[in-house]
Amino acid sequence: MTTAPGIELKNLTVGYSGNPVVSDMNIEIPGGKLTMVVGGSGCGKSTLLKHILRLNAPIEGSIRIGGHDVFSLSGKAFRCLRQRMGVLFQDGALLGSLRLVDNVALPLREHTSLKESRIRDIVRHKLELVGLGHALDLYPNELSGGMRKRAGLARALVMDPQVLFCDEPTSGLDPVMSAELDQLLLEMMGHFDMTMVVVTHDLASMRSIADYVVVLGDGRCLFQGTVEELEKQQDPYLRRFLDRKAHERDTPRLTMPPIDRTKMKLNCTQLLDEG
Amino acid sequence: MSRVLEGVATPFNALGTVCLHVLEEMGALFIFFLDSVRLMFAGWGQFAKTVRQIYFIGFQSISVIALIGLFTGMVMGMQLYFALSVFGADGFLGTGVALSMVRELAPVLTAIMLTGRAGSAMTAEIGVMRISEQIDALTIMDINPMRYLVAPKMAASIISFPILTALFNLIAITGGWLTGVKLLGANAGVYWYRVEAALSWDDIYGGFLKALMFGVLVCTICCYEGYYTHTRGHAGPEGVSQSTTNAVVKSCVIILMADYILTSLLW
Ligand SMILES: Nc1ncnc2c1ncn2[C@@H]1O[C@H](COP(=O)(O)OP(=O)(O)OP(=O)(O)O)[C@@H](O)[C@H]1O
Ligand SMILES: [Mg+2]
Repeated sequence: MTTAPGIELKNLTVGYSGNPVVSDMNIEIPGGKLTMVVGGSGCGKSTLLKHILRLNAPIEGSIRIGGHDVFSLSGKAFRCLRQRMGVLFQDGALLGSLRLVDNVALPLREHTSLKESRIRDIVRHKLELVGLGHALDLYPNELSGGMRKRAGLARALVMDPQVLFCDEPTSGLDPVMSAELDQLLLEMMGHFDMTMVVVTHDLASMRSIADYVVVLGDGRCLFQGTVEELEKQQDPYLRRFLDRKAHERDTPRLTMPPIDRTKMKLNCTQLLDEG
Repeated sequence: MSRVLEGVATPFNALGTVCLHVLEEMGALFIFFLDSVRLMFAGWGQFAKTVRQIYFIGFQSISVIALIGLFTGMVMGMQLYFALSVFGADGFLGTGVALSMVRELAPVLTAIMLTGRAGSAMTAEIGVMRISEQIDALTIMDINPMRYLVAPKMAASIISFPILTALFNLIAITGGWLTGVKLLGANAGVYWYRVEAALSWDDIYGGFLKALMFGVLVCTICCYEGYYTHTRGHAGPEGVSQSTTNAVVKSCVIILMADYILTSLLW
């Protein structure tokens, strides 16, 4: 029996300044499971995440986390909820002015009365989990994109959250690192009782670790269910997505002739002794 | 007939819209300021952050303020000496330098200099954090960005502006002595006597109050512009640069406007 909160979206329409991006979603994300949200680039996955986290107000509908309506919860009560959530943003969103240790230690320093030595131990442990044990004293701008992402994950994990949101944890990582990260998420699911919501484009990782899948596209929710149910779907959009197939075209796309090199301002043919 | 009325009403409509917008903005700025003041005292953690900000806004500005103060005082000493000696009144040089510095030039020039040096940096820093989702990340971690970012800057401004203004005064009056007395030959004893005799405590309090007000205004405007950079027309780096420009221009204009109002109320 899980105590991790589930997430319930009712008639939810999300978007920016009144323009809907995804409309009329009725989604139930089960507690204690790993749910993956997939969909084409720009279909509104990150937007949905931001609304669930109450960073933006929805155009319509309601969001409940563990039975609490996120938007009618009082400030203090919502803060309690927030301290139980961990979030990995799409680009890590580390604070540029702090070193990696301080970035990851920040939530602990702000919200707990733990001793500094204990905080250091926790931070080192979390950073080692994501393979960054050697980079403690670097600043975010001294890290690669993939390292920033992993550091963001370490920060999201540092308070041992009950609900973890990850926006594309494996994009920008090499295949081995992606598999490691999938493994880590799975291990955490086994170790802690937690709900995970992971946005991804990585179908391989979806097939290997997702308990539940939500597919967004076309401005709405196209599918929700288990991976097995998803694989049986016949909807052409879903099939194309699952089979990783490009759109079919009758007419050729590349109709533009190449640029005439003699029209370049720098006369390269002469400078490079070509022709 | 209604056409004519409409034609008459249009400019009033536009004026009304502008006034409403300005009032709205002023209300938002005031709430922003109150919020940051309230959060200044939220826990001991604020103290360390404030000290760090004082180092940046205050300590690192000392050399610039000293330089500006020195040259302003030197120019003032020279010009006033030339003007006063026409009437044989060069004994009043100290009065002129001291009063103009303490009442007007020191608070205004210090504030404008700090707007360029520290205010623009505040806007850019907070603006960049906004567009790179760092402020969202703080919110998600349940760390109030107003408390974490803005309140220490406000506290540091309230402390730094008056102290730097005092420094400006000191150096500028010495600068006036350098040119007026050392270079052009006014009497040193008379100069310092006049400086002391001219200044009443009201002048010093007034200058101090001005510096305090300017500190609050500059910090509020600069942090506000950065904090809401995403709600302005352009997003991204261009939005941040625009917010920074806005912050500096608005701060300078407001400093001079507030200076006029304070001067007419105080003296
Ligand atoms: N701040 C914003 N203001 C207005 N529109 C936005 C904003 N951010 C995103 N959008 C629009 O919302 C839509 C969804 O964007 P979102 O970032 O949610 O996509 P996504 O599914 O996360 O894509 P990706 O997989 O590439 O990250 C896009 O069409 C985008 O143009
Ligand atoms: Mg996204």
